[in-house]
Amino acid sequence: MPDLTTPSSANSDEAVGLEDTSDHDLIEIETSGAVGETLLEVDHVTLRFGGVVALNDVNFEIRRGEILGLIGPNGAGKTTCFNAMTGVYTPTEGKIRFKGKEIAGTKPHKINHLGIARTFQNIRLFPEMSALENVMVGCDARHKSSVVGVLFRSYRVRPTEAELPESGIRRSLAKVFGVSRHTLEERAGRRRSMELLRFVGIADRAHELARNLPYGYQRRLEIARALATEPELICLDEPAAGFNPAEKEDLMGLIRRIRDLGHTVLVIEHDMKLVLGVTDRIVVLEFGSKIAEGTPEEVARNPKVIAAYLGEPDDAA
Amino acid sequence: MDFDNLINGLDRATLDGITRGSIYALVALGYTMVYGVMKLINFAHSEVFMVGTWTVLGVYTVIGATSSSGLGMVIGATLLALLAAMLASAGTALAVERIAYRPLRKKGAPALIFLITGIGCSMVLVEVFGQVLRFFFGPPFGRVTVNIPAVLETKTVFTIPGVDLAVSNTRILIIVGAIVMMLALDAFVNKSRLGRGVRAVAQDPDTASLMGVNQERVIMLVFVLGGAMAGVAALLYTVQYDITKFDIGFIIGLKAFTAAVLGGIGNLRGALVGGLFLGIVEVYASAIWDSSWTNVYAFVVLVVVLMFRPTGILGESLGKARA
Amino acid sequence: MSQILDAYRGLRLGDRWDGAPTVVRWAVMLLVIAFAFYLPYLNILPFAYIRTDLTSSGSDWASVLFLVVVYMIVAVGLNVVIGLAGLLDLGYVGFYALGAYSIALFGSTNSPVVQAMQSKFGLSEEWAVPFAVCIPIAITMSLIAGVFLGAPTLRLRGDYLAIVTLGFGEIIRITARNLDNVTNGAAGITQVPVPPGPEIDGRAFFNTIDAERWYWLALTILILIIWLARRLEHSRVGRAWLAIREDEDAASVMGVAGFKFKLWAFAIGATLGGLAGLLFGSKQQYVEPNAFMVNLSFLFVAMVVIGGSGNIFGALLGAFLLTYLPERFREFVDWRPFAFGVALVLVMILRPQGLVPSRRRAREFEDRRHEAEEAAADA
Repeated sequence: MPDLTTPSSANSDEAVGLEDTSDHDLIEIETSGAVGETLLEVDHVTLRFGGVVALNDVNFEIRRGEILGLIGPNGAGKTTCFNAMTGVYTPTEGKIRFKGKEIAGTKPHKINHLGIARTFQNIRLFPEMSALENVMVGCDARHKSSVVGVLFRSYRVRPTEAELPESGIRRSLAKVFGVSRHTLEERAGRRRSMELLRFVGIADRAHELARNLPYGYQRRLEIARALATEPELICLDEPAAGFNPAEKEDLMGLIRRIRDLGHTVLVIEHDMKLVLGVTDRIVVLEFGSKIAEGTPEEVARNPKVIAAYLGEPDDAA
Repeated sequence: MDFDNLINGLDRATLDGITRGSIYALVALGYTMVYGVMKLINFAHSEVFMVGTWTVLGVYTVIGATSSSGLGMVIGATLLALLAAMLASAGTALAVERIAYRPLRKKGAPALIFLITGIGCSMVLVEVFGQVLRFFFGPPFGRVTVNIPAVLETKTVFTIPGVDLAVSNTRILIIVGAIVMMLALDAFVNKSRLGRGVRAVAQDPDTASLMGVNQERVIMLVFVLGGAMAGVAALLYTVQYDITKFDIGFIIGLKAFTAAVLGGIGNLRGALVGGLFLGIVEVYASAIWDSSWTNVYAFVVLVVVLMFRPTGILGESLGKARA
Repeated sequence: MSQILDAYRGLRLGDRWDGAPTVVRWAVMLLVIAFAFYLPYLNILPFAYIRTDLTSSGSDWASVLFLVVVYMIVAVGLNVVIGLAGLLDLGYVGFYALGAYSIALFGSTNSPVVQAMQSKFGLSEEWAVPFAVCIPIAITMSLIAGVFLGAPTLRLRGDYLAIVTLGFGEIIRITARNLDNVTNGAAGITQVPVPPGPEIDGRAFFNTIDAERWYWLALTILILIIWLARRLEHSRVGRAWLAIREDEDAASVMGVAGFKFKLWAFAIGATLGGLAGLLFGSKQQYVEPNAFMVNLSFLFVAMVVIGGSGNIFGALLGAFLLTYLPERFREFVDWRPFAFGVALVLVMILRPQGLVPSRRRAREFEDRRHEAEEAAADA
């Protein structure tokens, strides 16, 4: 039976804010543009599968530094849109551009290297690896050591003062021969991963296999793993699925703090309350078309949106 | 390269290829059905075929059928051998499933482990005929090639005019027999209630079990059906080649699996197409180049086809679409 | 049996090992290595019962040890491919054969290739490519074969990889058998060169009699390889392999270049297979196609899986058991394949995770306890 209790280190926004000041520079990311400029552009995208129109002339943009919500009833095309944005589908018409570059047809790992990361609606961790290792795989996306470099420690770099070992002989050796890039990356990756686990509030079980973690931890671990790849845009696919109200509250805090680290966040959600509470702007899809876009207040008042959601009172609750 | 050799003997080579391909196709069915339902390469299937050939030998020996038997005896012996081979092969396949796969399924073991137990079963079966039975009963068991009486004597039935190609009774039996069995199986899977269950599990095991399809029964069924088809293949093989051996299954199994992949694994008609294609390519290539490389041609063809059509010639489907 | 093993695991030997001070770990490691080097002379009762030459029909003990170590090299290589990257390679014998044949083809005066070179360049009949040059040739050939086989097939689904590699193993053997004017065909190649060394007692240092020297050579190489393999395992490369094995799509979304790392795994596996084959061919001083039957591939896979896929020490144990036991009980030589088959089925059914399953949780970093405590303090 999965343990759904809330991780204690992140039980409220403020509490975390207090203890979390320690190492934020370790996990903050550098962004290459100004807040508010267009980061990802969905430019009049139409997507057809055979005769079925999955997306019909959908048009919106994600701006740097914002939290954007993408909502809609079941079958509205949220996940299709999401998949098109992460390169799984190529639009029939229209373009999807990330930082001005078209991303259709780019391989998934290249898209990640461009700066887009995502989580999965149905959790897809690496179950036989520890939580820490899962996050380190994410960190590795930014690492450069090659197979040969790992085997023979052949790529040496001159360490900074902080990176030098403390003890005598090793310190002298490192000064003379340098340190292998692999060693430095490994060390930095481990520290950053640990910090990210702390950030999402699951560091206490860092060494447990991902498969053995409780459900809530697994969801957070997925977020940490995605953050580890230092994405400029992080896409969360129904991050609150299966959460109780208290956990949802925590998640809202976490999403805001993710933005504060410098990431732009896209949230796909069913849960209206969560989306209205955390996002800056919302795009609403229905039957593959965009029916509304605006601030949470505007969207909540929009009669079309209300009509669309009347069919699913459970989700709006 | 000797294209003249191929062109001069094209008719004969084609007939050879189709004969060979029919047997590959029948054995391929077992691989393809099990794969379609369980996403598993049943490594022991080649030995299911091998058991069938020994059963044929056993039946002939017991009832004393030889090449000089009368017509009634020939028909009776062949039918009896067919029935016995089908039963023995199906039984072997089922036993393999029970012993090597079911316990692992219960434990939810990774796919690799199934393959290993399959290989283990295959070795055990090979050794039963190569060592264990020899130890207790002596010849014909052992590690040598054994002759099977040619109960059905090869006779030319008719000659295709124009190309002057003699078609023998054994070839007709093999090709017609294989095609009839394939059609019957295809009809069974597509039309019958049990067949629907097979297709349902192949498409989506979870949904199928929610819909009340008994997955264990479907798995048993595909092993039995695949085994029976291998039994038919075994009889047809002995009719054409008159031999068996403890490790006869390996190469035929390998070729049959190649045929299944070529045609599109999980696809029954793909097994037929793949089998015939592989048989003909092998014979043609052997005519052009050198027959000692036959097995190499098969794999070169496989790699080339997979490079350009990763799902095989007809695509993969036992149900309709595979995830 | 599985209960006993579970109880054994309950002792958490591995955790204790991780908890021991560095000095102790080094000492234990050195002791184990020293003991391994001493094994050919093992003569203390009751341990001497493990020797294989207790009866006159037994096999030479040092030669058995040599074979065990060669197969351990194979197992370490195949563990990278199967255990870490999760790629099912059923044609590993092909790389093993390539390694053995490379050294034979270029290093033996009996080889048609060398003879062709002699007549082409007007060299003496004693001339052959020196041993030291044969090593890089063998390694390069296996590596190239690995890349050539992997590049088109690693994009395919895993099951197809199994069948294509199986075919590859057969192709190598058939090629060796059929190309009479290159490989001497079924007759094989004799006079495969041995490593250079000083003459002792009028014999070359590496000869057919003093098998323990071969064993020491192979053991040294094995230790080196284990050391390098563990480096890979505990790096971004090893993590990428595991991630691919666990969920390839998710891994690629997390920025892991799946194809690249799979190809590396394949190439590394091929290289180690070739290296093991080279040692084998050189010690036998004779290679022939029938030494590389497809059953050997199954044996190799079984070593990795029986020991515990993904764990180097499991693979070593598997290699030891599956090589040593048949030699120890040689009087039942005809029953070997049968017993092997039965053992495979039984072990896998009783213990699908292998005899020494990978302790993934504990294969962590030196300061993991420290980190855990730190995190607990934070929480």
